[in-house]
Amino acid sequence: MVTSVTSLGRSGLSDWMIQRISAWVMTSYLVFIVGYFFANPNLDYAQWAELNSSLPMRMYSLITILSIAAHAWIGMWCVLTDYITVRLIGPKATAIRIFLQLGMIAITLLYVVWAIDILWGI
Amino acid sequence: MLNVSIYRYNPEVDAEPYMQDFKVDTQGKDLMVLDVLEKLKTEDPTLVFRRSCREGVCGSDGMNISGKNGLACVTPLSEAVKKNKLVVRPLPGLPVIRDLVIDMSQFYAQYEKIQPYMINNSPAPAIERLQSPEERAKLDGLYECILCACCSTACPSFWWNPDKFIGPSGLLQAYRFLADSRDTATEERLANLDDPFSVFRCHGIMNCVQVCPKGLNPTKAIGHIRNMLINSAT
Repeated sequence: MVTSVTSLGRSGLSDWMIQRISAWVMTSYLVFIVGYFFANPNLDYAQWAELNSSLPMRMYSLITILSIAAHAWIGMWCVLTDYITVRLIGPKATAIRIFLQLGMIAITLLYVVWAIDILWGI
Repeated sequence: MLNVSIYRYNPEVDAEPYMQDFKVDTQGKDLMVLDVLEKLKTEDPTLVFRRSCREGVCGSDGMNISGKNGLACVTPLSEAVKKNKLVVRPLPGLPVIRDLVIDMSQFYAQYEKIQPYMINNSPAPAIERLQSPEERAKLDGLYECILCACCSTACPSFWWNPDKFIGPSGLLQAYRFLADSRDTATEERLANLDDPFSVFRCHGIMNCVQVCPKGLNPTKAIGHIRNMLINSAT
């Protein structure tokens, strides 16, 4: 058992599952949005604003944004723990990695809060 | 004449590794790569590599042959030579001791972690612990691993985290004991694997499957471990 304190779910299985589920959510959102554009070739601002201010759409968008955040957290955590290691870049790696991980987590959370502000501000 | 380029490094003499070129007369025969190395060693006794059974059973002569990990003894020149050139390097990712010989301590440390032995604390029966033919069949494709390290050293996840990621070879063996009907430590074994590194650093790129000289499928075994983890944790 290898411990980890900055991964999203702490457990490998949990991270793996979140990664898969969030991927499906993002794919479905993409298909929906592209499909909506095709179904409404003469889309105007009023219609677009109406769609995005409805509660179901806000919820769908929020779930997608949370999925992007979780997906990015897990993915970036993997990349950082692969390449920013003592083995590859020397003894300073741990400090650099923690700094980058916390930075990545902070930016991710910031985007989530900002997105909520935008979604409920329409 | 076949052009052969071999990775040379003797830490007592060389400041850094270098590639040495040789010419070998194969007399038009489709020799195994190990035969070529043996021939070269008679000319240059300082060339160092591991070998033992010379028939793909012991797993000693795993090396990187023209860019692909494999056993020198069972890799024919017809598969390995490109443009009349054979390039031989040590297995990637682990420290080189000398020439084609690598330090496999980290590989074995990961193997040790998965407790590669039967755990069953119930009293032993008078003769032996029986298995049905179906239960025994589950071990096919798992027990044949010879620990040559060709798969684990072809895996980028193992290159980056050889101290944390168990690697395809160790995980194949982990599943060999998880799948064994006589082993009773399934829950403990699974609990030891459920972290973000041990199993889940596998991203399924299947380099291991591509290089395994025994034709085994570690990616499939890793998928089975993941399914067992899902079964027990959801």
